[in-house]
Amino acid sequence: MPERVTEKDPEAVRAPAGDLERKARADALERPATVTAPADAAEAIFAVEDVHVFYGAHRAVRDVRLDLYKHHITALIGPSGCGKSTFIRCLNRMNDLIPSARVEGSIVYHGQDLYARDIDPVQVRKRIGMVFQKPNPFPKSIYDNIAFGPKVVGMKGDMDEIVERALRRAALWDEVKDRLKTNAFGMSGGQQQRLCIARALATEPDVLLMDEPCSALDPISTGRIEDLMLELKRDYSIVIVTHNMQQAARVSDFTAFFTVELDPEARHRTGAVVEYAPTEKLFTNPADKRTEDYVTGKFG
Amino acid sequence: MGAGPRIAASSGASGGARVSLTRAPSARSRFEALVRAALFAAAAVSVVVTLAIIGSLVVETVAFFGDVKWSDYLFGTKWTPLFAGEQQSFGVLPLVWGTAYLSLIALAVAVPLGLLSAIYLAEYAPARVRRVVKPVLETLAGVPTIVFGYFALTFFTPEVLRGFFGTEVNQFNALSAGIIMGFLVLPTIASVAEDAMSAVPQSLREGAFGMGAGKLTVALRIVFPAALSGIVAALILGASRAIGETVIVLIAGGQTASLGLDPREGHQTMAAFIAATSRGDIPTGSIEFETIFVVGFTLLVLTLILNFFSIRLVRRYRQVYE
Amino acid sequence: MTGAQIAARAATQTTVIPRRSGSERAREGAFRVLMYGAVGLAFVALAGILADALADGLPVLSWDFLTRFPSRILPDRAGIESAIVGTIYLMVICAVLVVPLGVATAVYLEEYADRDRWWNRLVEINIQNLAAVPSVVYGILGLAFIVRGPLSLGNVLLAGGITLALLVLPVVIIVAREAIRAVPPSIREGALALGATQWQTIWKQVLPGSIAGIATGAILALSRAIGETAPLLVIGAAASPRFNPDGLDSQFTALPIQIFVWTQDPNRAFVERAAGAIIVLMAILLLMNSVAIWLRNRYEQKW
Repeated sequence: MPERVTEKDPEAVRAPAGDLERKARADALERPATVTAPADAAEAIFAVEDVHVFYGAHRAVRDVRLDLYKHHITALIGPSGCGKSTFIRCLNRMNDLIPSARVEGSIVYHGQDLYARDIDPVQVRKRIGMVFQKPNPFPKSIYDNIAFGPKVVGMKGDMDEIVERALRRAALWDEVKDRLKTNAFGMSGGQQQRLCIARALATEPDVLLMDEPCSALDPISTGRIEDLMLELKRDYSIVIVTHNMQQAARVSDFTAFFTVELDPEARHRTGAVVEYAPTEKLFTNPADKRTEDYVTGKFG
Repeated sequence: MGAGPRIAASSGASGGARVSLTRAPSARSRFEALVRAALFAAAAVSVVVTLAIIGSLVVETVAFFGDVKWSDYLFGTKWTPLFAGEQQSFGVLPLVWGTAYLSLIALAVAVPLGLLSAIYLAEYAPARVRRVVKPVLETLAGVPTIVFGYFALTFFTPEVLRGFFGTEVNQFNALSAGIIMGFLVLPTIASVAEDAMSAVPQSLREGAFGMGAGKLTVALRIVFPAALSGIVAALILGASRAIGETVIVLIAGGQTASLGLDPREGHQTMAAFIAATSRGDIPTGSIEFETIFVVGFTLLVLTLILNFFSIRLVRRYRQVYE
Repeated sequence: MTGAQIAARAATQTTVIPRRSGSERAREGAFRVLMYGAVGLAFVALAGILADALADGLPVLSWDFLTRFPSRILPDRAGIESAIVGTIYLMVICAVLVVPLGVATAVYLEEYADRDRWWNRLVEINIQNLAAVPSVVYGILGLAFIVRGPLSLGNVLLAGGITLALLVLPVVIIVAREAIRAVPPSIREGALALGATQWQTIWKQVLPGSIAGIATGAILALSRAIGETAPLLVIGAAASPRFNPDGLDSQFTALPIQIFVWTQDPNRAFVERAAGAIIVLMAILLLMNSVAIWLRNRYEQKW
């Protein structure tokens, strides 16, 4: 089983993974029966090394070193302002949209450096999809929302089928199949977010990035989306930013805890990864005191 | 950026190797670059227009000052470019004075009436009145100036000034043109000032009301100062319109460029002179032709100076509500 | 203070809440008189100005008036067909030129231009300045560059259309920018995150989302353009032509010009016809404004 070489660094623990360990974890956490342990060894799809993100002269995130694994859910947690959203947006080159943003270090996706000169961000985003904090459906029909992605990336195939497949994957098909041509703005918040998930899935990505996808939703919708995530990880790899620790504990396999450091002179806040471990370990037996303080609610 | 690609812990199975993320020089990326260039060219047109305006004015102005001393122009008190021989004089002060004079008359009408109307609409008027009046006001701001010019010549001078008030005015007089210009500009001032005052958050008013202040105090001491930058912008906008206004003066204000103070006499403004002169058949390159551009250039410079101060003043007094 | 103490104090005072002083109420009253007077005067004056043209011109309106050509001698036989046709042609030419150019400029400034670059800031400041330039100066531009000078088209329809287009270009740009800016960034992010290119995002999401605002603004800008007299005077629009323009290179007139000419005629009958033409012009403008408002109410995108 492939394993990364790690330095013994108490600050940042990279997560090794083994079959036995995972099964033990699953038993210990009493996971719902629908979740199955991965059949193959955990394969890393992202290798993130020494990543720093700057906005102009201000460093927003420093020293990120972690791997993200295929068909698993990785949660990024931490107090507000710790750079988790900034970091996740690096994974699909969305930080390119901010003129002053600069990414240093290497983010390797399936063997390719995402920030190499000849990489086309548009191609990257076809493979790595994103769902945002506030549902942002287009002011068009449900059908046109889903069809937009496949159309612009030039997917071949029967559009009706593509739309149905995406809606089924997002567990939305039965609810909307009779009103595909109605405007998406007429849907409830939870439905809109599932629409955005379906929209992201329509282009058949590899990875789904979710930036606090439930923070604008009510608890019932949140629960449905969490169930959806657990189903989706069979076919996709998911990275989720959440400020809800219980959510991270419920759905994720691995969790990275970010903290925010205040630079007294420059009055900047910089985020950094404190600990990265399998979720069960991070929550029940964290290695770092800061992590322990956060997950037990002492701060944040 | 990257320290070079590292080999990730990937066996390369299912999904890794087939991905191609590289930017090939595709038709699509060429198209995107073309679109960007075309849009930039469109934006450049606006710059070209400015250069053309300035260019056309400057070229003829320079030619003009080849024949006329700039001191004669700027400080001369007789403007008779269309007279022949000895009588021909190119002192622009009468035109500048005419412009200023008429604008002052106009603002004397528009500013008090406009600001009071704005205060009424923003602070006193009930919601349903405001709902009706505001759009009407904006429509009035769009009434063509020719309509005002018609009224000035055919009704205001004969029926109101001469008839009702019994004033002995010329057929063409500054009073008529100036006052009607004031009513032209009034809706603009009222509308923009009202916008500025409505934008003041209700919480400011409530704070004052809560201390026992009356409506007048709140309007004049709280809202008006808070909206000052917008009100100043409204005033300058109105002044700009008045200075550049052509048709009302052309129809009702007369063709005499004079330095006189008598509003019952005709006065010509810079804009009216430009329009009047260009309607005649003037040969290109003649000095009379050049006067159109010199006066136009002077008018443009004055307008831009006013615009510059407007931006400065607005920025200085701007209140940012959190 | 306890409730009992307050109640006790209130019982001993005749008034708990002092009434406003007499002088303050007098001031408030005087101001109200002044204010209502101002509003009344403004309303009466503006209404009077419009009513005057209406009163003078209504008797003159007839189908013949709309379909005859102007006459310099016989007011009874004078009509405004050439003026109406000229105005409509000018509006169309102006629209065809200014809408694509203005929207393209707005798209560039909002979606592509890097605000930190000095030349982009220059373009922005330049547009604001152009919006403040008096319309007569645009007439001079037309005279120097389009009628004579480099283009030398002569005082023809196309020259008029171009001049008016340049006049309202800054307005269209500003209005289009506002409409584009109203589209929330989350829509753009959503489209880009799906793998759309920048132009795909603009063409398929941003522009469709802002089209109502752009159309409304463009119509209002055009209605301003066709109400202008000064630029057309300077570039040499014809007075009372007895023909409709038969091409872009034809002499032309427009309603404002015809009104201008007839208003100054010593013959009172022609003055009344000027009022009639004013009514027609105002009717066209009212129609355009109504269409613009209807468009906005019906199609405006609420985010």
